[in-house]
Amino acid sequence: MVAFRYHASSAAQPGCSVLDEAFQRYRDLLFSSSWWQPPERTRKQHAPEKSSLVILVSTPGCNELPSLESGENYTLTINDDHCFLLSETVWGALRGLETFSQLVWRSPEGTFFINKTEIEDFPRFPHRGLLLDTSRHYLPLTSILDTLDVMAYNKFNVFHWHLVDDSSFPYDSFTFPELTRKGSYDPATHIYTAQDVKEVIEYARLRGIRVLAEFDTPGHTLSWGPGAPGLLTPCYSGSHPTGTFGPVNPILNSTYEFMSAFFLEVSSVFPDFYLHLGGDEVDFTCWKSNPDIQSFMKKQGFGNDFKQLESFYVQTLLNIVSAYDKGYVVWQEVFDNKVKVRPDTIIQVWREETPVRYTKEMELITGAGFRALLSAPWYLNHIAYGPDWREVYMVEPLDFKGSPQQKALVIGGEACMWGEYVDSTNLAPRLWPRAGAVAERLWSSELVTSVDFAFKRLTRFRCELLRRGVQAQPLSVGYCEQEFEET
Amino acid sequence: MEHRGLGLLALLAALAPCCCAAPGPTLWPMPLSVKTSPRLLVLSRENFSIYHDPSSTAGPSCSLLQEAFRRYYDYIFDFNKSRLNPAKHNSAAELKQLLVSVVLESECDLYPSITSDESYTLAVEGPVAFLKANRVWGVLRGLETFSQLIYQDSYGTFTVNESNIIDSPRFPHRGILIDTARHFLPIKTILKTLDAMAFNKFNVLHWHIVDDQSFPYQSVAFPELSNKGSYSLSHVYTPNDVRTVIEYARLRGIRVIPEFDSPGHTQSWGKGQKNLLTPCYNGPKQSGTFGPINPILNSTYCFLSQFFKEVSTMFPDQFVHLGGDEVEFTCWESNPEVIAFMKKAGFGRDFQRLQSFYIQKLLGIVSTLNKGAIVWQEVFDDHAKLNPGTVVQVWKNEMYHVTQAAVTAAGFPVILSAPWYLDWISYGQDWRNYYKVDPLDFDGSQEQKKLVIGGEACLWGEYVDATNLTPRLWPRASAVGERLWSQQNIKDIEDAYDRLTIHRCRMTRRGIAAEPLFTGYCNF
Repeated sequence: MVAFRYHASSAAQPGCSVLDEAFQRYRDLLFSSSWWQPPERTRKQHAPEKSSLVILVSTPGCNELPSLESGENYTLTINDDHCFLLSETVWGALRGLETFSQLVWRSPEGTFFINKTEIEDFPRFPHRGLLLDTSRHYLPLTSILDTLDVMAYNKFNVFHWHLVDDSSFPYDSFTFPELTRKGSYDPATHIYTAQDVKEVIEYARLRGIRVLAEFDTPGHTLSWGPGAPGLLTPCYSGSHPTGTFGPVNPILNSTYEFMSAFFLEVSSVFPDFYLHLGGDEVDFTCWKSNPDIQSFMKKQGFGNDFKQLESFYVQTLLNIVSAYDKGYVVWQEVFDNKVKVRPDTIIQVWREETPVRYTKEMELITGAGFRALLSAPWYLNHIAYGPDWREVYMVEPLDFKGSPQQKALVIGGEACMWGEYVDSTNLAPRLWPRAGAVAERLWSSELVTSVDFAFKRLTRFRCELLRRGVQAQPLSVGYCEQEFEET
Repeated sequence: MEHRGLGLLALLAALAPCCCAAPGPTLWPMPLSVKTSPRLLVLSRENFSIYHDPSSTAGPSCSLLQEAFRRYYDYIFDFNKSRLNPAKHNSAAELKQLLVSVVLESECDLYPSITSDESYTLAVEGPVAFLKANRVWGVLRGLETFSQLIYQDSYGTFTVNESNIIDSPRFPHRGILIDTARHFLPIKTILKTLDAMAFNKFNVLHWHIVDDQSFPYQSVAFPELSNKGSYSLSHVYTPNDVRTVIEYARLRGIRVIPEFDSPGHTQSWGKGQKNLLTPCYNGPKQSGTFGPINPILNSTYCFLSQFFKEVSTMFPDQFVHLGGDEVEFTCWESNPEVIAFMKKAGFGRDFQRLQSFYIQKLLGIVSTLNKGAIVWQEVFDDHAKLNPGTVVQVWKNEMYHVTQAAVTAAGFPVILSAPWYLDWISYGQDWRNYYKVDPLDFDGSQEQKKLVIGGEACLWGEYVDATNLTPRLWPRASAVGERLWSQQNIKDIEDAYDRLTIHRCRMTRRGIAAEPLFTGYCNF
């Protein structure tokens, strides 16, 4: 195999950067010298030689961004007459190229082979995501880009970037540069500049991956405080401020002026239609302690129900963001606390047992007509001894009581790698190949459930990941032809 | 001891659990006695060097020390990430030299042993600091401590506080177990582990080199063992590889104790050595599967003699680990010849006696080769007759204090591993549990407690290979390292947290991908 070629009738042609770049990548992956066996010039086999894989994409769209609605179907036909990849969109072609790369194998003599194959493929769920947390620990740009590469090998298509949180604010805001200067771990080294962000978005796009940016409020915002005085709620002890701060202060107009300006920037920097607005784990104690908030609550008639105050904030924020023509994803608390959201809001389910078991939560959310994303059983930061990938694999996202219409509202899920105990020293082995179990669950048919069959394939795939330079940890006892070598 | 910028620290602490306190010396493990003064000295790459004191029993011909001087010079001045040398602080005095003096016969060309003296004293004052030790082993420990005293201030100037340190380890056996049978570990990974061990003052590499799954050890006398038993021909440790590991370890004051575990855990041995393992029976017929080493054949002991003779030459340490754990009796029970042997020997149906019979013969072989033996606790639990001095490694977690008491009461030395199985990962800061263990926390007399020679953090390889070994070992094993080196009263866990976060950052700077303890960042 030497080349990838565009079919004459393909809507994508040379100049289509998504595919041009992909051809180069896959050519390197398949045919570069990283194979451990050197090729021999014997022509013992009588297999017909193929010179190229021909790609036909029927719909143009090379310079666009992938979206939730993007089709990712493709067919792959390898036989005596054809070596043919057909897809509607360039995104489908990317998926097909990855599959093709997994079909090519090398004989002991060194010749490349591919079996006669007929593949028809399309994903079960359109939103197959991976969350990275760059606030608890800064992740260097290379870690993020490397992760995007491996996501593409696994057909993940959403990078959920949990950029900021209590611990640090690495996002370099041009509207509010003080946020970064005062909130990042080190403004010289531990930030993501506008250039970095652009790079991530384009790198992702070339792999058919959407970047879903999350700016979590009103909780999880301690790092915003130093750079935006007055934004966070001052906590009180009796009648005196303690000097510590709580969630975003929901009673001040300045808060919403700030959010308007901030999310105007965010909406322009991140081109995906959706933004993730967070809304999880809002601790009410600080609000409760604050006398101004207490009077506000009284005036509004919220009584002692801080969920209503939270609703008040979130609703105002959602209106701001809607005005920027963005859709939004929120964590399940927003739904649990009965915030009034737009019907096209996507709710992300992350809590395993509270307020109800996550399967019940999926039932409630879809029952109320909202689209749902499943993450609760896929918190990959929760490590344990042994092959925990099996539990991850055995999750059935539609395993709850509901009508077919309800189940259709489950648009997919996300594996989450929260960063409290994770940084670039251990991110790759902790992510891979365990996240691969989630990837298959979200792409493949619900009938593909045999854990033993998955084990066989995932072990081999893990060795292939090693060959591709991914620091994927072992699933169990054994070996790969080419082991990982530390640098 | 004075910290600059304490007020700012407190404010920052309220904001986020930051690892990066104001720069200052951070020691891990905590030495026996540390006295620091607020007087600062500065040093520079160009003007500072490490020398042998003319009165030292070791000099430039001691390559172990020459290599160490060069290594620590690089660690101190951060050879990878050193910023251009900043302007000298006019106010501070300069530290120009570290003079190293070995007092007794240096042991420079010897291998470290259980009785090696690792004590040292460090007197840091301008312009010449003094590192004094009885043997080269103490110099190595002292160099590590010295390198930990030096830090860069916010201008990048290399700074050290005048200090006086007296140090020696609480326990002489402080080990890490690696398992190269469940997963092959490339030599580079083993060497990196030795580096990290030196940063944490570990002094034993317990190399669990073969097991059921694979036999990567290339034996000269029995080449078929690895030819047939390794995962592949490229998953093998040649004699050269083994020598490389042993010498690399020696230069860091680390003993390499190989474990050739038997009679159980030996499936891979049977691939290249026919008739070594017990054939299992299904009724009257052989089932085709094999069990532990066959203890009833003379050929077994002939093989073991030859094999361990080679092992004894290959591995210079005084001790060899013979394993002896988790012997499954079912195969022995099924084999009619074994049953007949048991009857003749008067063992009845007590297979523990057969196991002990085997182990005692093996111990005899090893003793003839002038080596000491270490065994897993089953050998003791199952009543084998052990030579005095046989070391028992306690690994079973249930009631390990009781096991420690029993073994020491019987007069045998103990290595503790039970609470330190680092392959058992879980979510959160499990290093705290390892730190809180006290190896002498069992019912026993002073004499008994003296028999606890130390402990080992074990990283079994079922789920571990070169992709995840380093972050899984470090800094969790560091907690064990301090527990084994430092005094019993070094127990303040929050102080340990503060020091370990910085020590962890230091390890990453030195090329060890140690994972984070918690949220935060490294200041470089």
